[in-house]
Amino acid sequence: MTGNRALPRKTQEKSTLMRILGGWQLYVLLIPALVCLIVFAYYPMYGLVIAFKNFKIRAGILASPWADPIFKYFTQFFSTSIAVNAIVNTVLLSLYQLLFAFWVPIVFALLLNQVRNATIRKTIQTISYAPYFLSNVVLVCIISVLFSANGVVNNVITGFGGEIKLFTSQAQYFRPLYIGSGIWQTMGFNAIVFIAALVGISPEYYEAAVIDGASKLQRILRIDIPLIMPTIVLMFILAVGNIMTVGYEKAYLMQASGNTTVSEIISTYVYKVGLQSAQYSFATAVGLFNAVINFIILVLANSLSRRLADISIF
Amino acid sequence: MNSNKNSVPGMVFTRPTRADRVFDIVNGIIMALVCVVIFYPLYYVVLASMTDPKIVNTGRLLFYPESFYTAGYAKAMEYPALLSGYQNTVLYTVMSVVFSVSVTVPAAYALSRIDLVGRRVLIFLFTFTMFFSGGLIPMFLTIKMLGIYNTAWALVLPAGVSVYNLIVCRSFFDTSIPLELLEASKLDGCSDFGFFFKIAIPLSSTIIAVMVLFYATSMWNTFFNALMFIQDDSKMPLQVVLRNLVLSNQLSQGSSASELAERQKIIDQLKYVIITLSALPLIIVYPFVQKYFAAGVTIGAVKG
Repeated sequence: MTGNRALPRKTQEKSTLMRILGGWQLYVLLIPALVCLIVFAYYPMYGLVIAFKNFKIRAGILASPWADPIFKYFTQFFSTSIAVNAIVNTVLLSLYQLLFAFWVPIVFALLLNQVRNATIRKTIQTISYAPYFLSNVVLVCIISVLFSANGVVNNVITGFGGEIKLFTSQAQYFRPLYIGSGIWQTMGFNAIVFIAALVGISPEYYEAAVIDGASKLQRILRIDIPLIMPTIVLMFILAVGNIMTVGYEKAYLMQASGNTTVSEIISTYVYKVGLQSAQYSFATAVGLFNAVINFIILVLANSLSRRLADISIF
Repeated sequence: MNSNKNSVPGMVFTRPTRADRVFDIVNGIIMALVCVVIFYPLYYVVLASMTDPKIVNTGRLLFYPESFYTAGYAKAMEYPALLSGYQNTVLYTVMSVVFSVSVTVPAAYALSRIDLVGRRVLIFLFTFTMFFSGGLIPMFLTIKMLGIYNTAWALVLPAGVSVYNLIVCRSFFDTSIPLELLEASKLDGCSDFGFFFKIAIPLSSTIIAVMVLFYATSMWNTFFNALMFIQDDSKMPLQVVLRNLVLSNQLSQGSSASELAERQKIIDQLKYVIITLSALPLIIVYPFVQKYFAAGVTIGAVKG
């Protein structure tokens, strides 16, 4: 602990410039990452100005003329019915995801924590996050073969006397399949954080609870859940903060002509108008709108939870 | 049955009550169901890839290879795109891992040093990009401007620093390299470079394994960036080839009518083969590396 304080104190005596120069080797270690960050994160942010310009790829970002009026592409976006539809689809998909998928890893972690045999517990956990390794393409391919008209799922349904359902092409199945497959793929992975939090709970709480005659269920409700609440809130802020960034890769892959009424989300729409029909400025405006809304929601969720629960991510 | 060593730390073993026994039974059933639901689809796909198409096409539940069939794998070899996709993905993954790990680990170490002037600002600059980004089109234009469009670099360079990985890696250095060690080395005249390369790196094999794993999976699974930044079919990675063959139904494009009819019969089964082949490296590697995977996520969760 003394070492912890001694180092900064010693260096604080020198001037800031001396400290920077003295640590030049650390900055050298940082340079490659900083270059990557500037080129592939901050330069594209500067590129967002084309949302306010009539961007011509030949002229480049600077020389392209400003859009007239400046919000031309934003008003254009809101004047289309596709826009409203894409926003609604994005928000609904996220909300359903939050509603149906967020709590699943928590419950799984709580229940897994009650499995006494460590070997069994580890095995279940290992199985649970195996699907996380699969790519979105493999996942959607698996959905497409298992849920096809002559696939195994429909065979089970008809076996119970049901009718064949066109899961992969009809709109009403898109959201359940999207969210269900998401739970399947990420439950185990998302549970790791909660399991780590549960492992950190002091055994004394349980010992006291057992002496008081608390059942396992009571121990979960009265000890486990309250003590991992900070982690739950933290993950919830992050989930809320990402409400406008649904996994576009999966949505794009799951799109079929029959389900675009619900599967067209903002990001798939940006890809189509931006890159497939080269309306760069328009698509950037749509993307910027999405990013800004997303950021505002994140900041709101963060400040709300800081005020209410004193938990925040920044 | 339960030895103390094998049980949840701190569990006190009194005689279980009736409520607890019921709980254990219900919990056991739920856990078993979870395992089946997660594992069976994967098992089924692999199984279907080596079962006679006649049986696969009935959509019956499979539990073991009922009639062993390898012609699907032979057929899959007839698609040159599959092989080139494989080669490209292996190449891109190796490039990406080498590049990203050698960029991320030094930066994470530097950011973990509390005596780094401007540390908070730098960390903020990195973290901010997790929550706000330029988006698709500006990214596409950046790639175009750099002249790396339709090259391997268009996939490798933007993946250079994943901020999440950087945070995981920094948390590791924060907690695993004691400050006393740095002070002692400094007294011995060790430079920052010397400490990083000769002392920190050798102590960090776990986190380097985690980084290799995270970056490798991410590049192996890259799909959308390839769709945007790569033009030539011959340069497409496996995921795009897989999408084309299985989801866009390019499997059925035969050269002659008879060949087409013949292929049509086994096409559904061929999909299972191709899915299995694409996921195979991960399936094989997974049991050996999963502990690093969990370790990485847990390290990340501490600081998050």
